[in-house]
Amino acid sequence: MLQVRIHGRGGQGVVTAAELLALAAFEQERHAQAFPSFGSERTGAPVVAFCRIAECEIRTREPVLAPDVLIVQDPTLLHQVDVFQGLKPEGYVLINSKRSLGELGLNDIYGRFRRERLLTVPATEIALKHIGRPLPNAVLLGGFAALAGMVSLEAVVHAIGHTFAGKVAESNVAAATEAHAFVQQEMNHAQAD
Amino acid sequence: MLKQIEGSHAVAEAVALSRPEVICAYPISPQTHIVEALGERVKSGSLQPCEFINVESEFAAMSVAIGSSAAGARSYTATASQGLLFMAEAVYNASGLGLPIVMTVANRAIGAPINIWNDHSDSMSQRDCGWIQLFAETNQEAADLHIQAFKLAEDLSMPVMVCMDGFILTHAVERVDMPGQAEVDAFLPAYEPRQVLDPADPVSIGAMVGPEAFMEVRYIAHAKQTMALERIPQIAAEFSQRFGRDSGGLVRAYRCADADTIVVALGSVLGTLKDTVDELRRTGLRVGVLGIQSFRPFPLAAVRSALQAATRVVVLEKSFSVGLGGVVSTDVRLALSGLQLQGHTVVAGLGGRAITQDSLARMVLQAVAGELPPLSFLDLDWNIVNRHLAREAQMRRSGPIAENLLRDLGTVASKVS
Repeated sequence: MLQVRIHGRGGQGVVTAAELLALAAFEQERHAQAFPSFGSERTGAPVVAFCRIAECEIRTREPVLAPDVLIVQDPTLLHQVDVFQGLKPEGYVLINSKRSLGELGLNDIYGRFRRERLLTVPATEIALKHIGRPLPNAVLLGGFAALAGMVSLEAVVHAIGHTFAGKVAESNVAAATEAHAFVQQEMNHAQAD
Repeated sequence: MLKQIEGSHAVAEAVALSRPEVICAYPISPQTHIVEALGERVKSGSLQPCEFINVESEFAAMSVAIGSSAAGARSYTATASQGLLFMAEAVYNASGLGLPIVMTVANRAIGAPINIWNDHSDSMSQRDCGWIQLFAETNQEAADLHIQAFKLAEDLSMPVMVCMDGFILTHAVERVDMPGQAEVDAFLPAYEPRQVLDPADPVSIGAMVGPEAFMEVRYIAHAKQTMALERIPQIAAEFSQRFGRDSGGLVRAYRCADADTIVVALGSVLGTLKDTVDELRRTGLRVGVLGIQSFRPFPLAAVRSALQAATRVVVLEKSFSVGLGGVVSTDVRLALSGLQLQGHTVVAGLGGRAITQDSLARMVLQAVAGELPPLSFLDLDWNIVNRHLAREAQMRRSGPIAENLLRDLGTVASKVS
C-alpha cells in the first residue's frame, strides 16, 4: 500500500489534490482512498489531506502517520508544521518551491532520507504561467506521477479532466505536464550525480 | 457501475435511485454534501417526480417529512449533531405515528464544546426514539443501506435512520459500486402506505391517546422492531442475491470463530479494527471483531451467539454516557446476561480524535494481559486533564474548562494528526 500525505493551506486545493490522486489511481484499476484531515477549515490555515493507493480493498481509516510520499504545497509550512513526521526513510518528498532544499534550510533532512528522493518543484510559478493563478495542487500531481511510476501522467490528466472542465482543465493539464517533465529531469540529474 | 466517489455523493445517488418524492433538509456539516447533491438532481430534473423543500430548520425538516410521508410520499431527510437534537420532538412523532421516513445521520459530536467532527453522540441521543438505527462500515455499505432502508421502513411502516461516520465516511473518496436504476426498481417496489391523508378518503392521523391505549400503541412499535430483527437479515439476503455483495444485516463477525478476545464496535472504525486484528493474529493472538450493523432493534440473540465462546469482550464505542461509561456496552452486557466473561468498555474517537491501529493494538494487548480496566478512554491526554483538575482544586475562579485545556495544550497547528 502506498500512503501519501499532502500539506498545504486552506484555499490551495489540498483536499482536491488528494481526491484527484485517488481518481488517477482508480483510473489505473487500483483501490484508492482520499480523505481530509479533521483540522481547521479557514483560508490560509494549515490543511492536511491523505491518499492511500493499494491493489486490494483499503479498510483502515486512521490518518496517514507513516507516509511513503509527502507533498508540500506551501513551503512556508516547513518551519511551522513538522511535515516530515513519520515519513519513511525511503520515502519521497515533493515541495512546491523554486528554491533548493538547501536554500529552504532543509540540509539537515538529507541525512534522514534518500537524497535523490527529495525534490523541489516551482509549482506556483508553473501554475501562474499556465493557469494564471497560484494553484499548485494539480501541478504537483504531475510531478508526483514522475516520482516512481506509481501513478501515470495519463491517469493524472484524466483525473483533472474528470474533475474540471474547459479552460481550467486544459491549463491544469498543461501545468501538470510541465511539472512532470521537470521532476523527470530532476530525477535523472539526481541519479547521474 | 464502479465509481471513485465521495461518500456523500454515493449516498445522494443511492437515495436518488430509491425515487424519493419529497426531500426536505436543512444543511449542517458533515451532512451538507448529501443534500446539496440531491438538491442539484431535483433542480436539473434528473430526479423526478420529486420536490426538494428548503426548510428553515431541522425541526421544520422533520415536520415536513412527517407531513409528506402522511400524504403518501416517499420522504427523505438528513441531519447531524445539534440538528438532530433540534428536531428531536418531531423525530419521536415520526416513529410514534409509524411513518416510514428515511433519514441519514452523518454522525457528529454534540457540543458544548462545539465540535464538528465525528463520534456517535448524536444518533445515540435518539437511541430510544423508536426509529430503526442502522450503522454503515464503508461508503459502499452506506449507499446500499439507504436502498435497504426504504424497503425496510415501508415494509414495517417505521422510520429508519442510516448512520454513517461524519467526515470519515461522508468526506472520503473511495470505490463504490453503484447499482443501476432497473435493479433498484426491481428490489424496491413503489411505496404503498398503510395510512394516507387523502381528501377523497379522509382519515385523521395523530389522535390523542390516553391511558386506555397509550401503552398498547407504544408496544406495537416494539413489536414492529422485533419483526425488524427478522426482516433486516431477510432484506440483506435479498440484497446480496440481487446485487452480489453483502451489506447490512444485524451483526457481522470477523475472525471470531476461535477468538478468545472479541472487540465489538459500530461504523467505520471496524475497518481499522480488522487490519489491527490481522496484525495481532500474525503474532498468534486469537482476536476477532464483531460489527453491529443494526443498533435498533438491538440484536440480543445474534450478539450473544457471536460472543458466547469468547473469554473477553471489549466494546469500543464512539459514544459516552457521562456518569456511567458506555452506551453500546450496556446493551452488549444485557445480551451476555448470565455468561461469565471479562467485559471492558473503551470510549474512543470522541469529537474526531483519530483512532489508530497502534492504539487499538495496545488496547487489545492490555485486555489480553488482564490490565485493561472496566472503563477506559483511548489516548486520553491525562496531562491536561490532571492539570485542570488540580486547577479546580486550587482555586474557586478556575475559569472555562475548554479554554483552559486549549491553553494548556498550546498550538495544535503543528500536529499532523
